[in-house]
Amino acid sequence: MKKSMITFYRVLKAGFVNFFRNLSLALPAVAVMTVTLFISLFLYIANVTFSNTITQINNKISITIYLSDSVTSTQLKNFEIQVKGLPNVKSVEYISKDEALAIYKADNANNQNLLQAVSETSNPLPASINITPVDINKIQDLKNFINQKQFIKLQDKQLGISYSGDRKQAIDRIAKATSVMREAGLIGIGIFALVSALIIFNTLRMAIFNRKDEITIMRLLGAKPWYIRGPFVVEAAIYGFISALISVAVIKFMFTIFSSSLQASSLGLLDISYATKFFNDHFWILLSAQILIGLLLGILFSIVATARYLKLRTSK
Amino acid sequence: MILLDRVSKIYNRKSTAIERINLHIEPKEFVIVVGQSGAGKTTLLRLLTREEKPTSGKIVVGGIDYDKLKDKDIPLLRRKIGVVFQDFKLLPNRTVFENVAFALEIVGVSTKEINNTVPRVLDIVNLKNKSDNMPYELSGGERQRVAIARAIVRQPKILIADEPTGNLDPKYAWDVIKVLEKINRFGTTVLLTTHNQEIVNKLKRRVVTIENGKIVSDRTNASYRL
Repeated sequence: MKKSMITFYRVLKAGFVNFFRNLSLALPAVAVMTVTLFISLFLYIANVTFSNTITQINNKISITIYLSDSVTSTQLKNFEIQVKGLPNVKSVEYISKDEALAIYKADNANNQNLLQAVSETSNPLPASINITPVDINKIQDLKNFINQKQFIKLQDKQLGISYSGDRKQAIDRIAKATSVMREAGLIGIGIFALVSALIIFNTLRMAIFNRKDEITIMRLLGAKPWYIRGPFVVEAAIYGFISALISVAVIKFMFTIFSSSLQASSLGLLDISYATKFFNDHFWILLSAQILIGLLLGILFSIVATARYLKLRTSK
Repeated sequence: MILLDRVSKIYNRKSTAIERINLHIEPKEFVIVVGQSGAGKTTLLRLLTREEKPTSGKIVVGGIDYDKLKDKDIPLLRRKIGVVFQDFKLLPNRTVFENVAFALEIVGVSTKEINNTVPRVLDIVNLKNKSDNMPYELSGGERQRVAIARAIVRQPKILIADEPTGNLDPKYAWDVIKVLEKINRFGTTVLLTTHNQEIVNKLKRRVVTIENGKIVSDRTNASYRL
């Protein structure tokens, strides 16, 4: 065996041996890392589920095209036929100016001021065409079709196209709320990540501080810095690995137990069945990512935490 | 083997640990450094193991000029010097065998050779049957002999022992000293610091006395006198 191979093997072995001999120190570190990784993964899945819900809502959109008053009935007929011919169109509904006014009046039956204002002028409301798509995910094709040059001129210059129809206000509000929640969530996750990183770092530092005499002894015996540091890094990597496994296992357990009882329900914007499906579909990727994060945190932090005890520089 | 030329170590204006020390130790010599606590014995040894740098003066050990020694080569220097500490400094989570083997592992000695060498060295310090014990299962004297085994397993040309008997009962202390003598007979230069008058008198070796950071006497075949 080559010398460097022997050294590598010894560092690795020492890391594993130390892990088992220092279980009392390992347990708190593993516990802290497990909790952190668990919450991180949970937040991530919650975030994905949440985003999915928002996308679902945004997709429930019908397209309303407000027509310019100058549109002739021939142009209208022609347009209607062409739109109906598209594969992704479920139905097309024409609402004339008069119908629009009637609907408006019915909606605002309690507001005398508005009603009076509307009746004093000539009908200000445009005629419109309401298109319901078959597949909400392919709405973009429809938009492209409608925005062709020859159809643009049919549209009311001010109102144009509305993609939300009657629910516009509601959707606007949801969109606003969700963007705020998304931002708040991101900031929250950021702060959480920072705090938990500090806690993990500190736990590892304590574990290493407890053994600083050991480091000193190794140094005095002439061990090179990486030979001393190696086992600590291996040990911390083991912490990370175990924590990742436990955190994923706990979430897996949670979903298995709770999703059956909560199958139909959803907690607010958190769609449990979607979360379960997402977790199960991406199980191996999530597991690998957790393990990778755990290993990286352990390795990185232990390198930093051992640095101060490994300075070779002698005091002047 | 060891050469100190006008070496001083000044921590600050009020505290001078060592002042213009000249010391020359030949290969295979057995030298005892005596002096009261705070006289500068430990500082002297820490300068030799390069835990500290002298404020001025020249140190050459085993042909290595410390002025030319780079920080990254300090581990290589320490591998050439065996050191025994008053507080043993054993690795608490390793067995006796592993503690001794560690000194060889860090220099990349093969496992086969380690398995050959370590029992032989444990035999020299009379600890062959304690090989699988943990340090906390041993008496003070036994621990110190493990530390000596560790210090000599790489067959260093120089062995530095900083009050190795300071924490031991007289009975065990003498065991430790006997081991040091044995090693010296094998050809290793030994530098021993001690408080123990009886040991100094029995050994009849070169004695260097330090007082207030200065060498006040340097006599061969000497007995204890402060």
